[in-house]
Amino acid sequence: MMNDMRKIERDTAVSDIKIHARDVQVFYGDTHAIKDVSVDILDKTVTAFIGPSGCGKSTFLRCLNRMNDTIDIARVKGDIQIDGNDIYHPSIDPVQLRAKVGMVFQKPNPFPKSIYDNIAYGPRIHGLAKTKAELDEIVERSLRRGAIWDEVKDRLHEPGTGLSGGQQQRLCIARAVATEPEVLLMDEPCSALDPIATAQVEDLIDELRRNYSVVIVTHSMQQAARVSQNTAFFHLGNLVEYRETGQIFTNPEDPRTESYITGRIG
Amino acid sequence: MADVTAATDPGPKTGSTADAVRASLARRNRKQKILQVLGLGAISFAFLMLFILIASLVSSGYQAFTQTHITLEVFIDPEEVPLERLPRGGFDDVLEASLASVLKDVDPDDRATMRALGGLPSNGAQFRLRDRVVEDPDLIGQTITMTVPVSDPYDQLNKGLIDRRTPEENRRLKDFEIAWFDQLVAMEAISKPLNTGLISNPDSRFPELAGLKGALIGSFWALFVCFVISFPLGIGAAIYLEEFAPKNKFSDFVEVNINNLAAVPSVVFGLLALAVFIGWFGLPRSAPFVGGMTLALMTMPTIIIATRAALKAVPPSIREAALGVGASKHQVVFGHVLPLAMPGILTGTIIGLAQALGETAPLLLIGMNAFITSAPSGPFDSATALPTQIFIWADSPERGFVSRTSAAILVLLGFLITMNAVSIYLRNKFERNW
Ligand SMILES: Nc1ncnc2c1ncn2[C@@H]1O[C@H](COP(=O)(O)OP(=O)(O)O)[C@@H](O)[C@H]1O
Ligand SMILES: [Mg+2]
Repeated sequence: MMNDMRKIERDTAVSDIKIHARDVQVFYGDTHAIKDVSVDILDKTVTAFIGPSGCGKSTFLRCLNRMNDTIDIARVKGDIQIDGNDIYHPSIDPVQLRAKVGMVFQKPNPFPKSIYDNIAYGPRIHGLAKTKAELDEIVERSLRRGAIWDEVKDRLHEPGTGLSGGQQQRLCIARAVATEPEVLLMDEPCSALDPIATAQVEDLIDELRRNYSVVIVTHSMQQAARVSQNTAFFHLGNLVEYRETGQIFTNPEDPRTESYITGRIG
Repeated sequence: MADVTAATDPGPKTGSTADAVRASLARRNRKQKILQVLGLGAISFAFLMLFILIASLVSSGYQAFTQTHITLEVFIDPEEVPLERLPRGGFDDVLEASLASVLKDVDPDDRATMRALGGLPSNGAQFRLRDRVVEDPDLIGQTITMTVPVSDPYDQLNKGLIDRRTPEENRRLKDFEIAWFDQLVAMEAISKPLNTGLISNPDSRFPELAGLKGALIGSFWALFVCFVISFPLGIGAAIYLEEFAPKNKFSDFVEVNINNLAAVPSVVFGLLALAVFIGWFGLPRSAPFVGGMTLALMTMPTIIIATRAALKAVPPSIREAALGVGASKHQVVFGHVLPLAMPGILTGTIIGLAQALGETAPLLLIGMNAFITSAPSGPFDSATALPTQIFIWADSPERGFVSRTSAAILVLLGFLITMNAVSIYLRNKFERNW
């Protein structure tokens, strides 16, 4: 189905817009957490979401792989398309969507299983490997993409929870890419890591841009400046400003953006 | 804001703040001390009570862990036990004759004396002799050596529970009977080995023969049935409620009523079982199967509550991780959450089963306190359970049952302590730091 979409996209030769969101609203019960957010996220680009805490960055990110569906009180309205296909269309199964839109969380959360099984889990449940050899290949490729292969290749059958925090997070990134996603969502992936591990993960994110559309939520403006090409600034559930990263930091248009990056709000 | 001013203003204010802190510190420390003392006091009290309980049980029950036996040379007289009349025969007379032959001053022709002598070995001795002879009829005409329990009064005498100084008419054993016993002791015919019969014998009217075999097997079947019913149903209900049920008025209602169910007095479940299982369905009375179903009614809410708590304790990050790679709800629950919750579920289940093991009232109501002298061979046979056996023995007039009651309680407590220890071990072994 995703292949079909890509074909349509090529035929109509639009642009390299990967995610197209219009008038997205999210409610948690009576709380209006996301208000009228419209944004176009490009393919093979790192897009950063910044903004003060509680402004809705995570909420919006979780709309993109329908993780909000798992919260009973959450309601999502509006139109979100990936490759021109409405991901909230009734015919779309969120489970299938999540294999195509990988997610990395704030706190490294490897399964309490072996390193191998952490990576192999997604491909297994989606039936991506026919043989053990194929699965081995996927595991190795994913761990290499996660820039952690050299560190773990000799202990694939030891528990993933025994790795250091930074290694665990790269393992989680490797796990996310194992199902061959096209989009990678990362919610403050470095906030639980020390500076050295952060630098490694940031290098990895830059690397991932070659194959994926990466969306990263961060509370660190330096990080957004280091890793992203485009930056969206959220404030109180609104998308205030969305531009090229260099411009938003040197030349913000909206006074709220300016206050935030100069440290007056947040 | 106040501390900012205090920091920037090094004047007298700082000193007074420090004083105030010091004054309140003393008060706070005193409060903490009092709390500690109260806590220690409460724990000490609990331990003291436990100690008194165990000590009193041990002091009255330890005697039941040994049993006085007598070793006899028995001549199996073909006149008393003719081959053609087996399995009938005068086995009691054979035993009496054997005793009379070793004891001094016994006139084998005085019926009263011989009857008194017959009361020395346990009533079960003649049946043991019979069983041996029936098994091997060649023994007729031979002399064999037998070790059999003595009857309860002699056992009491041997254990020092009958005071020889009591006037004869108030004593259960007359002077001549005590003299016989002393002769046997002098001949080294009396021994006091470990009372294996306490575990390996079924119940009996005679304390020296009564054992817990029937009750242990009955309890085993009841717990087995209880587990087989309550474990899958309890876990299933808990998984549905915790993971799949929509959160609405109805699920709140169910939740409240499960907690209510857990609080219902057990005797009520007994009445329910009596009316439904025995009354409507016509299941047999006194059967461990019915007992197990009744106990399952009580154990299930415990398992549901423990399972839900264990499922809740699995961190959301694991669910998110699995959902994030595209696992379905069902795969998240059965592939990740449930395995991680298992130690907690097992702990709760064992605690629930331990409660069920000690439960008495519902079993009394469905008739598991019947007097049954053979161990059940399956869950549908009549049987007692450990707690109801204790109830029966505590109610028995024979002196020998006093120590046996305590011993049975100790056996029950032993099982309970073992089960709780296993659950604590499981909890510690699988405890995870996320
Ligand atoms: N599961 C939830 N239930 C109810 N309210 C939520 C939930 N998650 C987030 N919110 C609310 O939505 C708003 C946005 O939260 P979030 O997206 O987590 O912000 P951010 O990631 O930018 O810090 C906050 O006001 C928060 O309280
Ligand atoms: Mg957030």
